[in-house]
Amino acid sequence: MDLRLPSKVLEHIFSFVDSNEDRNSVSLVCKSWFETERLTRKRVFVRNCYAVTPAAVARRFPGMRSLTLKGKPHFADYNLVPDGWGGYAWPWIEAMAEKSPSLEELRLKRMVVTDECLEKIAASFKDFKVLVLTSCEGFSTDGLAAIAVACRNLTELELRECIVEDLGGDWLSYFPETLTSLVSLDFSCLDSEVKLSDLERLVSRSPNLKSLKLNRAVSLDALGSLLRLAPQLVELGTGSFSDKLDQEAVSKLAQVFTELKELKSLSGLWDVLPEYIPLLYSVCPGLTSLNLSYATVQMPDLVELLSRCSNLQKLWVMDLIEDKGLEAVASSCKELRELRVFPSGADVDETNVAMTEQGLVSVSEACPNLESVLYFCAQFTNAALATIAKTRPNLKCFRLCVIEPFAPDHKTHQPLDEGFKAIVESCKDLQRLSVSGLLTDKAFEYIGTHGKKLRMLSIAFAGDSDLMLHHLLSGCESLNKLEIRDCPFGDTALLENAAKLETMRSLWMSSCGVSFGACKLMSEKMPKLNVEVIDEHTPETRPDSSAVEKIYIYRTLAGPRLDMPEFVWTIHKNPEIGVSHLAIE
Amino acid sequence: MSPEEKLQSNVSDGGLKEHNYLGLSDCSSVGSSNLSGLADDDKATISLKATELTLGLPGSQSPARDNTELNLLGPAKLDEKPFFPLLPSKDEISCSSSQKNLASGNKRGFSDTMDKFSEAKVSVYAEKNWMFPEAVVANQSVVKKEVPQNIPKGKQSTTNNSSSPPAAKAQIVGWPPVRSYRKNTLATTCKNSDEVDGKPGSGPLFVKVSMDGAPYLRKVDLRSYNNYGELSSALEKMFSTFTLGQPGSSGATGKDVRNETRLKDLLNGKDYVLTYEDKDGDWMLVGDFSWEIFIGVCKKLKIMKGSDAIGLAAAPAPRTMEKSKMRA
Repeated sequence: MDLRLPSKVLEHIFSFVDSNEDRNSVSLVCKSWFETERLTRKRVFVRNCYAVTPAAVARRFPGMRSLTLKGKPHFADYNLVPDGWGGYAWPWIEAMAEKSPSLEELRLKRMVVTDECLEKIAASFKDFKVLVLTSCEGFSTDGLAAIAVACRNLTELELRECIVEDLGGDWLSYFPETLTSLVSLDFSCLDSEVKLSDLERLVSRSPNLKSLKLNRAVSLDALGSLLRLAPQLVELGTGSFSDKLDQEAVSKLAQVFTELKELKSLSGLWDVLPEYIPLLYSVCPGLTSLNLSYATVQMPDLVELLSRCSNLQKLWVMDLIEDKGLEAVASSCKELRELRVFPSGADVDETNVAMTEQGLVSVSEACPNLESVLYFCAQFTNAALATIAKTRPNLKCFRLCVIEPFAPDHKTHQPLDEGFKAIVESCKDLQRLSVSGLLTDKAFEYIGTHGKKLRMLSIAFAGDSDLMLHHLLSGCESLNKLEIRDCPFGDTALLENAAKLETMRSLWMSSCGVSFGACKLMSEKMPKLNVEVIDEHTPETRPDSSAVEKIYIYRTLAGPRLDMPEFVWTIHKNPEIGVSHLAIE
Repeated sequence: MSPEEKLQSNVSDGGLKEHNYLGLSDCSSVGSSNLSGLADDDKATISLKATELTLGLPGSQSPARDNTELNLLGPAKLDEKPFFPLLPSKDEISCSSSQKNLASGNKRGFSDTMDKFSEAKVSVYAEKNWMFPEAVVANQSVVKKEVPQNIPKGKQSTTNNSSSPPAAKAQIVGWPPVRSYRKNTLATTCKNSDEVDGKPGSGPLFVKVSMDGAPYLRKVDLRSYNNYGELSSALEKMFSTFTLGQPGSSGATGKDVRNETRLKDLLNGKDYVLTYEDKDGDWMLVGDFSWEIFIGVCKKLKIMKGSDAIGLAAAPAPRTMEKSKMRA
């Protein structure tokens, strides 16, 4: 008896499998499952655009409607990846235009997107709906105009922290009067002023508009008139919050805010003047997400604001909040799940000293659902880490940045080894960890021993020797992304654990002690990895023993990439050295 | 001293106490027994791995010292390089925060960190069964590493002018890890409608304010004030609690008295003066320059006792010498 399910039935069953991790497992069961799964996958995630070729992806998933791509390594955010390294969106867009013209959604992160790319999207995908660009660069507002004018069914256009060549605010005026499908618009990272009347008309004819994030150039006054047109907003990013308004205008604005019954998320608040903060009080009880990380609000005003936000789940704020402010958060925001505290000063000397480890301890002790933390702080203690670990074993993401490199426990002067030990021991589901402060190899032994679910790990200025890397690569079973800078290990642990790298997405190492010889060796012996040596000061000759500046290693099925700039070396570039053939798909 | 000897001696020395924390030697060490315990555990775990296929160094089925040299020589060789460039200057900063001293004191030279290879580690790596996945054992000659150019990029790219004051610090590229988008955006936050003045927007200008006898510093954004008077009132509010218990005060407890006039009196020359550290690292009396110039040069503020401020430089260029500007 043939027990195979007919493919129609399989298809139906698979339509309920949403997570791609599950779908990947499904596709490994047998050939027919693989076939059925690939024909039914609609949302494709390629988390390293160089791991696989666009053609291969298009071929495998003919039903693809949504594509998410990530380009540069995470440390590119901190200027560690030189310009011109790569991450170009063009090859993908070109390939999909030809092979997947039904594509509707494109989400790109840390990629280079040009105006040509945007024009190609506009011209090629008839039913294009969603464009989300995060930390991208390379395009201008002209490209946005192309999208605006051509995409008749556009629902989402979001530019999140992109670097855009701003040629003016005209682009917004290119949205045709027939476009009424807009659900989300985010142009907060642009500088130029858009024409208010065009924006108002766009908002008026977009009944489905749920998310609107304005740029700084939109005045407070303009905000009022926009909100009157869109009281249904769920997410709002204000523009500048600092114009001097007369009393009547202020009370009108206050009234408008009270009409925002659906508002759950608030951001922007550039330049907010303290006297305007009470305008927000009416929306506070409904807020689940509040991003004050660009608003230079002082502690007392923050306390007033946050004590009204009893349903807050996500809070991004600057260290101006101080310990006292975080205590207020602890007592008022019991639903808090994610906390990010950013430094208000540009460098170490400017750290706000009224915010210490105690702030985070207060929140950890009081907020039972806290699972994601990003905390910049001048100093920390093992005791604080232990308390956080004990009270919050449910942490999934813990990123601590002690701003002073090598800073020990400021009370005991010990390394923070024991503190991080407590974290990894207690938080069994920890998936993402960033460590800082003074750390010896011991810290990494603990992480290797206990961090079994750790997927992403970021390390800087830590450790003593190769043991640190060895502990991590041999111990952290789920390790997927590892990024390390300025740590004193050499080749040993890397070479010894090289096989591990094929089980990971990527490894970044900069200003460590890995030699060129080791890079060559790995390149030769591990063809499924791309080993990129990145060195802006490309030397004339490179002896095997010389340490390399930056290394980016990632697994790939696509072989060496063809768009490498001069300052990126891979073994394929220099045939005299080794490999006789290139693994090109 | 060969690497092996060096490694040998390190075991007996134990762990962290070897580190030169630039004046702070009170970092207690992992006992040497712990360290070898650690090494033993590692040894146990790692030697199990000898049966696994891993990528090791070529050409060594035997515990060749050569290979360990290759492995370990590189990092060990780095010991000439100070790993972190900031070491000397921090000590010279007069910081009122003790925390600052601790933090800066704990930067250690690279050489110290690299001395921590234990002998146990060496033998472990030596005994490993170095094999490639394809079990190809190539014969590569061991190349001694040169002293690598492993200077942190920050040092190379820093414009460490000799003219910059001792208080200046080298910039480390990409540290703290804050997105450049954020840095740029905050830098253009304008508090006072700069557009009206035609000035380009400039960021919040936070400077630390310390006060003799106060337990911690505060920070103020100079750009949020328009003149000395506003700054003065803001400081009064911030520091009024700290004036109690000072000589000249009545000795009431901190909680009771939030007497603005008290501090104002103090600031007005009776007991305290407001001083600032300028770009050249000199401490000057506040009030001699115009406000715009002042915020351009002021790096730190300090509320000093009047007696300590005697002999402090007044502004060299005779503009308005009135301290009463501050009281405006």
